[in-house]
Amino acid sequence: MVAPTVRLADRRVTRRSAAPARRSRIRHTLTVLSFMAPAVIGLAVFLLYPLASAVYFSFTKFDLISTPHWVGLSNYRAMAHDPTLRKAAVNTLYLVVVMVPARIAAAIGSALLLTRFKRGGGFYRTLFYLPALAPPVAATLAFVFLFKPGTGPVNTMLRSVGIQGPLWFNDPGWAKPSLVLLGLWGVGDIMIIFLAALLDVPQMYYEAAELDGANAWQRFRYVTWASISPVITFVAITGVIQTLQYFTQAAVAASVASGQATTGGGISSTFGYPLGSTFTYPLWLYMVGFRYNALGYANALAVVLFVVAFAATAVLLRRTFRGETTR
Amino acid sequence: MTGRRRGHARLRTLTRARVVLAVASTAALLAAAACTPAPRQSGPAPAGAQASGAVEFWHPFTDRENDAMNQVLADFRASHPKIKVTVKGGQDDAKMTQAIGAGNGPDVGLSYSTDIVGKFCSSGAWIDLNPYLKRDSVDLGAFAGPVKQYTEFNGKRCAMPVLADAYGIYYNSDLFAAAGIANPPRTLAELADDAKKITVFKPDGSIKVAGFLPLFNFYENSPAHLAPAVGATWLARDGKSAIGSDPAWKDLLTWQKSLVDWYGYDKLEAFRSSLGDEFSADNAFQKGQVAINIDAEFRLAFLADQAPNVKFGVAPLPTRDGANYGAGYVTGNVIGVSKTAKNPEAAWELVKYLTANTGTIVKLANGLKNVPTTTDALSSPALEAGPEFKTFIQIFTNPRSSTTPPSPVGPAYQEKFQDFLSSYQAGKVADLNAGLKDVDNQINQLIQLGG
Repeated sequence: MVAPTVRLADRRVTRRSAAPARRSRIRHTLTVLSFMAPAVIGLAVFLLYPLASAVYFSFTKFDLISTPHWVGLSNYRAMAHDPTLRKAAVNTLYLVVVMVPARIAAAIGSALLLTRFKRGGGFYRTLFYLPALAPPVAATLAFVFLFKPGTGPVNTMLRSVGIQGPLWFNDPGWAKPSLVLLGLWGVGDIMIIFLAALLDVPQMYYEAAELDGANAWQRFRYVTWASISPVITFVAITGVIQTLQYFTQAAVAASVASGQATTGGGISSTFGYPLGSTFTYPLWLYMVGFRYNALGYANALAVVLFVVAFAATAVLLRRTFRGETTR
Repeated sequence: MTGRRRGHARLRTLTRARVVLAVASTAALLAAAACTPAPRQSGPAPAGAQASGAVEFWHPFTDRENDAMNQVLADFRASHPKIKVTVKGGQDDAKMTQAIGAGNGPDVGLSYSTDIVGKFCSSGAWIDLNPYLKRDSVDLGAFAGPVKQYTEFNGKRCAMPVLADAYGIYYNSDLFAAAGIANPPRTLAELADDAKKITVFKPDGSIKVAGFLPLFNFYENSPAHLAPAVGATWLARDGKSAIGSDPAWKDLLTWQKSLVDWYGYDKLEAFRSSLGDEFSADNAFQKGQVAINIDAEFRLAFLADQAPNVKFGVAPLPTRDGANYGAGYVTGNVIGVSKTAKNPEAAWELVKYLTANTGTIVKLANGLKNVPTTTDALSSPALEAGPEFKTFIQIFTNPRSSTTPPSPVGPAYQEKFQDFLSSYQAGKVADLNAGLKDVDNQINQLIQLGG
């Protein structure tokens, strides 16, 4: 290969003409960056910096007050010998596997139902959406009192028809299903998203499917489901992330059911009641960090939670994109 | 490339590296500075100096308790016109810890729980008050033993007591009379016998009235409140868990489990699920659903307000063999000066006023209906103390009364034990010794991670 020979004079000419072009490129880049700055600064300050800090602190022994001490992988190694963490992870996994699909199914079902109403649609939409408007603490309090075994209206009604209701939030076997019921009661937040998506499906698709002889199930599977699948993915991803961070409802339900909702010294001694059945991963993270002063370990737990949420999101997105490519 | 251009390139690279290094160092320094605020003052001012300036005070009180605190603070403002106090009520420990960590903590903080003393002393979130106490000749001998214990950690007294709670038992006089019992139980065996005599079952076998509800984590039935009954210890001298190695715990658990089994765990849980919240008007003792309840002096105010018709008596906690009868569990509110205090002298002046001034302590005790912490306040004629309240004062001053020891991991040792007890009382622990050893391991791991 022969090296190209460039005369010095030619190079000067090229440099002279390249300078304004470079200045123009820089100006363009700066303009683009200035428009992006608010978002970039926001991401850097409120996401990247805390994330980087969490990763750093996860390798330290830290109490929020004194200087952190580097301990390497000790915090991560400690997780392997932490039975409370295992219990919390299993409970959280249960909620992700059961509550997220159950809420999606209930939301799609109720949204489909609402699209059928010719009259009073607005009223029923409000009715279904209303529980989602209640603050989580108030909603959980009200729900636990509704299901209070001895005096709550649910068991009173069941008794009136000869059924002995369970202990709901007071029974380790029923506590998690009761939390799922609480999640279903407040399904209005995602129901409204599905309702908008369903109303957006062009009517002509259904007409074409009917002309092709599709039955009701086939119309749902190949028209409705196919049209709203991006929305389902979105709701599934946000649902998984929210459920991995499930805190308020589990904390309030446990303390109310245990009969110690208003103790002055903090309610964390009731977390998990009964028998650790409602003890979730974020509750343990909170207790370790803010009750037991082990902020380094709490940060390690937070990093693992982030990785799990990220992996779950990646898997869900990958499956969706693969499905779309296949179609 | 010429030597000069290579030199320029190296220079550029070096300059860029320096810029990156400088930015990174500045960021690290800023982060470190933000995370670890330095104390504003190294020690107290010379004796005789008059404190002045602004003080921010955070406490957890609301409603009635907040009103009582405000009255005392109004007195402080009148007697200390040079100190301006700003008050924020309804604050909790987690918020206070974060604020101090961020360098924006209150000058003075008050906590409901002694659980924070270990971590606030060890981390330095609250400053050591020993130099101030020494300078102002505050007599610590005026405070009861447990109070001195729960305000200090490893020789550092970073907290002072703001009133105390003493625990004993409340018994329903009508239910006792109906069962033919004349006196409250003095031993754990008598407590179990009385509970069995008083308990009434419904025809379907469920509990109608419980003599005593022995489940741990029911209302105030925590292992901490029952530990003085058997003289059980929590932590060894090296700060590690002593639960598995102290046979007293095994005695207490065996007694409790046998009573749980007499009732039937499922029946007790079903009964508990039908009861009202502890701090509501539906409290089971106030409703006559439970005859004997472990509780503190503050229940007297609730009974007077919410259940004035209930006839009851109070007594010290029954003990294993009656030898330590009269003692009980003691705890209380604690107050300290933050390491970020802008005005430590004025902050200490407020702390001293609230914790070492007899008139203030008595006024606060009458308002909050808690036990005063100093001998002068306890014997003050201005203290409103009926016969029941006096029983709690006797428990408080009993030399064998005890508290939970401060630990750098806060209440971790109590709450890990409570987790175990929940499983144990449900019959899910096959080997008690192995279970207690496992509790020790879990607690020690947390102490290692956070202590």
